[in-house]
Amino acid sequence: MILALTVLLLFQLAGEVLVRAIGLPVPGPVIGMGLFFLFLLLRGGPSEAMRKTAGGLLQHLSLLFIPAGTGIVLYGELLAREWLPLTAALVGSTFLAIAVTALVLNALLRRRAAHGDTPQ
Amino acid sequence: MTPRLTEIWVYLAASPLLGLSLTLLAYQAAQWLYERAGFHPLANPVMLSVAMLVTVLLVSDMPYEHYFDGAQFVHFLLGPATVALAVPLYAQWPRLKAMAGPLTIALLIGSLTAALSAYGIGAVLGASNASLMSLAPKSVTMPIAMAVAEPLGGIPALAAALVMVTGVLGAVGTRYLCRWLRIRDHAVRGFAIGLASHGIGTARAFQVSEQAGAFAALAMGLNGLLTALSLPWILPWAERLFGR
Repeated sequence: MILALTVLLLFQLAGEVLVRAIGLPVPGPVIGMGLFFLFLLLRGGPSEAMRKTAGGLLQHLSLLFIPAGTGIVLYGELLAREWLPLTAALVGSTFLAIAVTALVLNALLRRRAAHGDTPQ
Repeated sequence: MTPRLTEIWVYLAASPLLGLSLTLLAYQAAQWLYERAGFHPLANPVMLSVAMLVTVLLVSDMPYEHYFDGAQFVHFLLGPATVALAVPLYAQWPRLKAMAGPLTIALLIGSLTAALSAYGIGAVLGASNASLMSLAPKSVTMPIAMAVAEPLGGIPALAAALVMVTGVLGAVGTRYLCRWLRIRDHAVRGFAIGLASHGIGTARAFQVSEQAGAFAALAMGLNGLLTALSLPWILPWAERLFGR
């Protein structure tokens, strides 16, 4: 488990270094995920220990958003002042984005299935 | 408070132990409620935990910075957890590869919809410029949204808060929305929730099925990359469109 955690941290580190070295506008961990994915493709899959450690972390992904999410407490005043445009924008846009994405993807997959050119 | 109690409180308020314990306690309580509710999306654990912690901070008058001194140890794990998303992604790789074309098109359209509709609705209803710039990246994962909002004139911490609300909305609403749209495929549902509601949506998707989770993780990563690269180009155009 410690080895797996070390590997994850090393890929995050590599991502952070790469982001700063070439000035990418993306956070280091996202690049780290990409690098680790390439590594898994080359290696032919994760080890048993890595599967367990990654599974454990991802099972409690919700927990990891709580500290930053609680930061909403700092914006009580602004939220009180602009609650209507912010609420409408968040609710409207989130559901619109989900609906549009799901409908487009669904339609494209169906069309492809109907044409019968799904890869075997 | 008696002097003794005050002394204890002074120690606790200054020590990182309190913020960390409160975070874990709130999460345990929220998980318990979530299980009790049969993993119902309306009992979202992020929403419940944040509501409990905000109440505690407001009632005890504890500054957020003190709370975060302890909570940062949990926050830090977001980095390795993001890297770990490569594991379920790898497990779904054959299916993802086979769907590459449709996924790319859905990503482009979905990403543009998420950013432009947030900006547009906010602009029409009169949100301030700082709020609009913090709203535009609301569908991408917190660290990207914060990094994207700042140079555009947004407020990073506000962006983080809006990102959280977006995540909770997606985690709560996707099931009902997709049921109404008659979309049952877990791959499609997962991709949509990950694109629009980043990590909090992805966390919810993993609780539904591993397939939904992997597609959500993929959509979250891709939309994060795409938004970070495209938003600085799209927003000046949106500003003209909405007369800002």
